Amino acid sequence: MTDSKQVLGPDDVRRVITRMAHEIIERNHGLDGVALIGLQRGGVWLAESLGAEIARIDHEIPVGSIDASLYRDDIGLRPVSPGSVSEVNFEIDGAIVVLVDDVLFTGRTVKAALDAITDYGRPSAVQLAVLVDRGHRELPIRPDFVGKNLPTSKDEQVAATAGGVVIS
Amino acid sequence: MKHFRSIDEAGPEAVRRLLDLADHMAEVNRRPNPKVPALRGKTVCNVFFEDSTRTRLSFETAAKRLSADIMNFAVSSSSVNKGESLRDTIETIAAMGVDAFVIRHKSSGVPWQVSDWTRASVINAGDGWHSHPTQALLDCYTIRTSLNRTESFDGLKIAIVGDIKHSRVARSDIRAFTMLGADVTLVAPRTLLPPVTDVPVVTELDDIIGDLDVIYLLRMQQERMTESLVPSLREYTIRFGLTPARAKRLPEHALIMHPGPMNRGVEMAVDPSELPGSVITQQVTNGIAVRMAVLFDLLGSGSNLEENE
Repeated sequence: MTDSKQVLGPDDVRRVITRMAHEIIERNHGLDGVALIGLQRGGVWLAESLGAEIARIDHEIPVGSIDASLYRDDIGLRPVSPGSVSEVNFEIDGAIVVLVDDVLFTGRTVKAALDAITDYGRPSAVQLAVLVDRGHRELPIRPDFVGKNLPTSKDEQVAATAGGVVIS
Repeated sequence: MKHFRSIDEAGPEAVRRLLDLADHMAEVNRRPNPKVPALRGKTVCNVFFEDSTRTRLSFETAAKRLSADIMNFAVSSSSVNKGESLRDTIETIAAMGVDAFVIRHKSSGVPWQVSDWTRASVINAGDGWHSHPTQALLDCYTIRTSLNRTESFDGLKIAIVGDIKHSRVARSDIRAFTMLGADVTLVAPRTLLPPVTDVPVVTELDDIIGDLDVIYLLRMQQERMTESLVPSLREYTIRFGLTPARAKRLPEHALIMHPGPMNRGVEMAVDPSELPGSVITQQVTNGIAVRMAVLFDLLGSGSNLEENE
């Protein structure tokens, strides 16, 4: 048995998403050209929630999802099971793409997603929004918008959903 | 999975997994730049001992879109003509460092033999009358996407029409379609039926054509005439060909499929481009996506990690 500890509850997650939505608008001086792309699988619900919150505050922006499993640097080294099919139904060229993921850990998934994004076009900028930054980066990647910084040890598991954030 | 040699050997779980994976590959193929780095550093070798254009090109394209290197071994200009044995040929190519062999051969069972001689993965691209599993996969994928049947083929009525006996496509399709839940019926003259089959057979296409979801026409091989298995191509067309009159009797939603190459005027006695239900070109397009799925599953997904050890 492992001890699991709830770090954020559902209400906390909701407030964090509201704050991040405001930060995204503030940082980009509005929403001109801004689009959200959730990373399969964990980032998709968060991108949708952020999109809904941004639409409530200001106006609707494009929300897509991307599956980066064909871009990973550990292909063949561990089992890969792709999530849902990527959906990018808007122009990437010139867009400000905010990549959205639930938990930022080694940074390798984000690196794969950056490679994937550039196959769709040339964004004018890419930013990174994560609900939880748990540290232990293995690549020079840092998030632009963070819900919660969470110091962890490498072997702990972090689950981040709309229902809360749990370490086990 | 280490090899992909037949539908039965792969089993229902792998077939569904590959069809799901093909959705991802099809999305890659729809992009302006249809290429991903997934299989960088892997080498695939096409070894075709029989003529082929679409299958070989399809595998070549699939490998390239996954960034694998591809070698094409052309039997006609090889040392096979100097009497080199199949085993020596395979071992020689394997020594150059190959991760997967894509094999087509006129003899049934060759892909199994080849996998005893090499540590590389083996993909069956057609062995004799026996099996052509990637064709079956692309046929399933085409039905699944065209009729929106992602979960299963339960209750789908599919007729496979023509020379079942000599057709590896038919054999693999029967296995795959029934595995996914379809009701398959074979339509053929008795001389072109296998001695034993576990699916229903009818000898009159007209009896069932009004109640089909898919009609799958097989190529009528000209050499069957010389073996006097059918009296004449004309007579074959009259009883088993898709004529304009029969095309009208097909339900509106029904798909018309053919593995190619097509004999116009024989099994296809109507211009398929004028039939709204024809998905023959989609079959070719989908062939790339399912072959990408097979290559990625064998070489990149890590699902064969334990088997390698």
